[in-house]
Amino acid sequence: MEDTSSHAKTVRTYALLLLFVLLRPFGNLSLAWGTKHFPQTLSIHPLVYIRAMLDPFVALGIAMLILSLLTRLALLSLADLSFVLPVTAIGYVLATLFGKLFLHEDVTTRQWLGTVLIFMGTALVGSTARNTTKYAEES
Amino acid sequence: MKWLLLSIVVGATALSDLLQSHEMKRAGEQSIGARGLARLLKTIVRRRELILSIVCLAISFFAFMALVQAQPLSFAVPASAASFILETLLAKLVLKEQVGMRRAGGALLVLGGIVLLAR
Repeated sequence: MEDTSSHAKTVRTYALLLLFVLLRPFGNLSLAWGTKHFPQTLSIHPLVYIRAMLDPFVALGIAMLILSLLTRLALLSLADLSFVLPVTAIGYVLATLFGKLFLHEDVTTRQWLGTVLIFMGTALVGSTARNTTKYAEES
Repeated sequence: MKWLLLSIVVGATALSDLLQSHEMKRAGEQSIGARGLARLLKTIVRRRELILSIVCLAISFFAFMALVQAQPLSFAVPASAASFILETLLAKLVLKEQVGMRRAGGALLVLGGIVLLAR
């Protein structure tokens, strides 16, 4: 593998990662906002789901989450699942932040401590090799 | 009901991710440019395991919709990350990815954080 192409691949991997990290929490926020303001309780009945999905916030959230899924599919073709998963955990932190800021949820000290742990774990995993199975095949 | 919905979200997500990663590695590298996206969609249609993965994802998603409606976002999203340990384990056992000390440690820290967040 040439240096330039492996560098381009690294840049592309991190660009996709950034896009995914932003799309998912915003999608979740929009979805949460939409469903929480939806008058009916979501149950097994499919008709209620269809009606809920016509809500503009729910629809926007779903569109963003679908785009984030496609981004992630591309990401998984470049890097290991065990690399992709922990790095994208930053989305969980953003979701908690959005919950507090936009949905006025109570977030305790304990929960913020959890947020710090997630950041530390994310940083640790981000410093390891991207794709181990591919390297194993080449050697 | 809260825990039943969460179990459905976690189980279906883990299965979907496993199928996705396995199949996309076999399909080769993809990009999401205009042409890349068309190729990606074609790949999805051609591979049965990817369709199955999307079905799992849909099940997980509808359960998540019901969960996020009834529970706070700051619970629903972190709690759904309980799929983490299951997936990292499956990545090692089924996909034969090398999960080294730093990666495993990082994943465990993230998991510890998620446990604290979820309470």
